[in-house]
Amino acid sequence: MEPSKSLSLRIRKHALEMTSLGGSSHIGSILSMVDILAVLYGSVLNVDPQQPKWPNRDRFILSKGHAGAGVYAALAERGFFSPDKLKTHYQDGSDLSGHVSHKGIPGVELSTGSLGHGLSVGTGMALSAKKRASRHRVFVVMSDGECDEGSIWEAAMFAGFHQLHQLFVVIDYNKYQSLTTTTETLDLEPFADKWSAFRWEVREVDGHDHRQLSDAFRPSTTGQPVIVIAHTIKGKGVSFMENQVLWHYRTAKGEEFNAAMAELNAQQ
Amino acid sequence: MRDKFIKRVLNIAKNDPSIMLLTGDLGFGVLDEFAKELPNQFVNVGVAEQNMIGIAAGLALEGHKLITYSIGNFGMIRCLEQIRNDLAYHDANVTVVTVGCGFSYGSLGMSHHATEDVSILRTFPIQIYSPGDLWEAESLADVVLSKPGTKYLRLDKAFASNTHHDGEIFLPGKARIIREGDDITLISTSGILQEVINAADLLANDGINARIVHFNTLKPIDREAVVTAAESTGGIVTIEEHVLEGGLGSIVAEILLDRGVMPRCFGRLGVTGGFTSTVGSQSYLRKKYGIDSEGIIHSVKQLIRQPKSISN
Repeated sequence: MEPSKSLSLRIRKHALEMTSLGGSSHIGSILSMVDILAVLYGSVLNVDPQQPKWPNRDRFILSKGHAGAGVYAALAERGFFSPDKLKTHYQDGSDLSGHVSHKGIPGVELSTGSLGHGLSVGTGMALSAKKRASRHRVFVVMSDGECDEGSIWEAAMFAGFHQLHQLFVVIDYNKYQSLTTTTETLDLEPFADKWSAFRWEVREVDGHDHRQLSDAFRPSTTGQPVIVIAHTIKGKGVSFMENQVLWHYRTAKGEEFNAAMAELNAQQ
Repeated sequence: MRDKFIKRVLNIAKNDPSIMLLTGDLGFGVLDEFAKELPNQFVNVGVAEQNMIGIAAGLALEGHKLITYSIGNFGMIRCLEQIRNDLAYHDANVTVVTVGCGFSYGSLGMSHHATEDVSILRTFPIQIYSPGDLWEAESLADVVLSKPGTKYLRLDKAFASNTHHDGEIFLPGKARIIREGDDITLISTSGILQEVINAADLLANDGINARIVHFNTLKPIDREAVVTAAESTGGIVTIEEHVLEGGLGSIVAEILLDRGVMPRCFGRLGVTGGFTSTVGSQSYLRKKYGIDSEGIIHSVKQLIRQPKSISN
């Protein structure tokens, strides 16, 4: 198995265990973006676990903070802290909150949880990089439903206009939001056209194809910020969770947990 | 007040390239000099306050020192969650500056009446500044740009004539005694200080010597100044161009009860009765709410005649 595939499987298993142990929601939203995380943390992000605040590091923001368990797992796998800590997720006294928090957690740049915040902050970081002629990049992973927020489009307009080419957004376009599909809720289409109109360089990929993802993270070719619209499957990797909005909130316990873990183990 | 503050910010920023000023497309004629002299440290983000605060957070997390500039509620309530999550939770070195607190823009109507900001923002772990004259506004530029963390600074259109004594050093966080007196203490914040000074002068003609304790820093607040006023004068009246719920008067009351100190009499003067659709100049609306000098005098005399607690 290629390294990023192996990493994605380990993140999936951590996330399933974490959400089950603590009883938290959002496993479907986590599983849909795990391949994005695995490619970023496996081979794209220039980060150093020994120096989490190294000035030249790439910045990573999870704007869809409800999928924080996935990021905690990726950071632990990348060596920012011990994987043992993951077992405390979402439980009494833990600092691994359900929605990602930076306090006391090396490698987390920004705490999120309320949708629509991460892109503006990432825009500020990219503006700083441009002003200082730094070469590092800023990556922001957002959800599709999150794009209902007006603040996303405020930031999108600013970043496009100011040509913040070091800013990369990945949309985990799993087509589901809290209650039902994005199409039934507030259709985002024509989605790529919207970002183009806001002066972004648009790349559309299969969000579970590591090669396509990796290629999508090449530098901007137009001098504009880059949006990677990653078509994904909610609950990816566990058959009975895939494309089921139920798993936005449901926690896998008991037999469901065992069945899900068995499916993931079979993928090794 | 805003001119004085921004001018001082410009002078400091000339020697500190990490300072950046962001505006939400406001400040016509006020920010021009800054924009012209330090274009690389200035960004007009457009009419997008949520994005402005988020961008400020991102810049601050990269080591810049930020000033965000907007009018009253737009730069504060519109983007309240960004201030809470992106700034305050991250201890981001950003000073949220709003101009036109209280009824500075009284004639523009309810949307521009900024009368709840202190109550709302003091629940966040941030610093809050509210200068009463030009010297305080200018001095606070140095304070906010030298202190870490998230700050909120409200700038009034009206301001008191200079209250600065020769040789007085600005003491960040300390209440200032503008006038001595033992009969009653008038406690104020922001530009309404002038009404309070006028009231104290006129009260003196009637033999009532009022002490004026002025707070340009509301959080963290100088608790001792409040306790001392309660213990050593005939009572306390707070005056604010702000709703009573949670504002200066509430802060003072909380301090006194927390410390178990009961003033001989206590009054809170401020904005009551909900939003107003009546418009008018700042001085007109102060009179409407009884927080102009005449209203203050009336309330003080009433309180001294029949010592008890009152609010308007």
